[in-house]
Amino acid sequence: MAIVLTVIAVVAGGILAYVNSVTAPQIEKINADNLANGIKEVMGGGEVQVADPETQTATIGGKEKTFEVYAVSDASGKVLGNAVQTSENGFGGNLKVLVGFDPEGTILGYTILEHAETPGLGAKAGLWFQKDGKGNIIGMNPGKNNFTVSKDGGEVDAITASTITSRAFLLAIKNAYDQLYGKNEASK
Amino acid sequence: MSYFKILKNGLINENPTFVLLLGMCPTLGTTSSAINGLSMGLATTFVLILSNFIISLIKNLVPDQVRIPSYIVVIASLVTILQMLMQAYLPSIYATLGLFIPLIVVNCIILGRAEAFAAKNGPISSIFDGIGIGLGFSMALTLLGACREILGTGVVFKSDDFGIAGIPLQGESGGMLMFVLAPGAFIVLGYLIALVNKLRKA
Amino acid sequence: MEYILIFITAIFVNNIVLSQFLGICPFLGVSKKVSTASGMGMAVTFVLTLATLVTYFIQKYVLDPNDLGYLQTIAFILVIAALVQMVEIILKKVSPSLYQALGVFLPLITTNCCILGVAILVIQKDYDLLSGMVYAISTALGFYLAMVLFAGLREQMEMNKVPKAVEGMPLALITAGLLAMAFMGFSGVDGGLRLLFGLD
Repeated sequence: MAIVLTVIAVVAGGILAYVNSVTAPQIEKINADNLANGIKEVMGGGEVQVADPETQTATIGGKEKTFEVYAVSDASGKVLGNAVQTSENGFGGNLKVLVGFDPEGTILGYTILEHAETPGLGAKAGLWFQKDGKGNIIGMNPGKNNFTVSKDGGEVDAITASTITSRAFLLAIKNAYDQLYGKNEASK
Repeated sequence: MSYFKILKNGLINENPTFVLLLGMCPTLGTTSSAINGLSMGLATTFVLILSNFIISLIKNLVPDQVRIPSYIVVIASLVTILQMLMQAYLPSIYATLGLFIPLIVVNCIILGRAEAFAAKNGPISSIFDGIGIGLGFSMALTLLGACREILGTGVVFKSDDFGIAGIPLQGESGGMLMFVLAPGAFIVLGYLIALVNKLRKA
Repeated sequence: MEYILIFITAIFVNNIVLSQFLGICPFLGVSKKVSTASGMGMAVTFVLTLATLVTYFIQKYVLDPNDLGYLQTIAFILVIAALVQMVEIILKKVSPSLYQALGVFLPLITTNCCILGVAILVIQKDYDLLSGMVYAISTALGFYLAMVLFAGLREQMEMNKVPKAVEGMPLALITAGLLAMAFMGFSGVDGGLRLLFGLD
């Protein structure tokens, strides 16, 4: 009976290894495509060239944060700015955002890559802060504008009934900006 | 038993959700909308049909003492295959259903049907049993998801993952959010089962 | 401080049963009496802690170095099944009294999805060993708490007259819904704690 179980396990393992070898490149391609599309979207929507990412870490408030910085230029090679991927603790868990800045640090666009916020409430963040949303942040500059929610004295309207999500979202973008312009303390 | 009877048995008489009360975790956990419920149902159906088929083929080769571990290996392999295929070709819905895809392994419906049906019947009947039970499960999940979605958001059959706008029933903010959240899952399922009980008695 | 945060979050805010929907089968199935519910709760706490520890090492020292991540589901479920059997045999020999208390629940635990679920979650959340263990134990305590509270409610309701159609499972589900609503009151507590501990 041990033989039967071994045979079944070996056959199963073999089939899985085969399916894995078929699907793995496709999964990688999808992840790469998603990121490429995300970068294109947050940098204004045109054709872009993306340099290899640079992973940076910084210590903010005693915790280590990771940033993926992509230098982006348009099809003719003109510098458009940077796209930064980072995450922050939201209401329900990790809130992962990708945000695009022009060379002066003005926000060109953002997209939410991953979130665990309350469906229907915090999850609205994907639209709320866009150009035609109620809490529009496109065109703001976290270095010049008061980049917090209006409840905390800032210039951005928080999502109704989701202040924590809104705060986390704005903090993530502020951190990304600070990282780009060297205001974060680099971690050892 | 004719194939039609096997199908009907799974869909109605032995509906896994409303009658046998099996597989409650995905039932409650993935039905925040009709499309999510349907996707979970179909994913489970995929595993169920194949596991029933394979197990009814190998049932005579497997000694009784290692029956359960062998079945678990078969089911776990099928689930992993499904997981990899979804990740590669349906990544957004895979992200939505998340943990509940690998957890199909411990869905009692699958092992339950392997023991109760596939281990005693031929491969073709087993496929039909898988289709019947699987569709019964999918139907129940879709129904539960649709009820929660209507009550919770006022829209039905909306899915951002597939880019479907859905059918608005009560306007944009006409929902009671609670029904999309955890308590709504328990309460709506409770009332649906009560309704089924009432209809079955009548 | 981070461990306290994981502890409180796993028990109250993201309760495994009432907000994550894992381990629903035993939650609905063995919650008619407080005594059996608490037995099940203890058995789950024991196995969950042990299983998370073992699967963590399997992932970090067997699967990851050999690039076998795709065998995760199959490896974890077999390890858990074997572990449950082993616990059963050892308990029978070493501590018959404990075996008597937990024994009947052990065979049911293999297919309890919260064991496999938590084992996978610990890997997904990228916890280190200590955080993972704190998370596993707190989750199990959250399960225990939900079981006992729910069984208490069901015991109290036993005597009440209810319409025929809702008797049994429907009433249990609606009660669970109300309990889940009560637990929703904890949402946001983790954010507050994070501020309090200065983790943000």
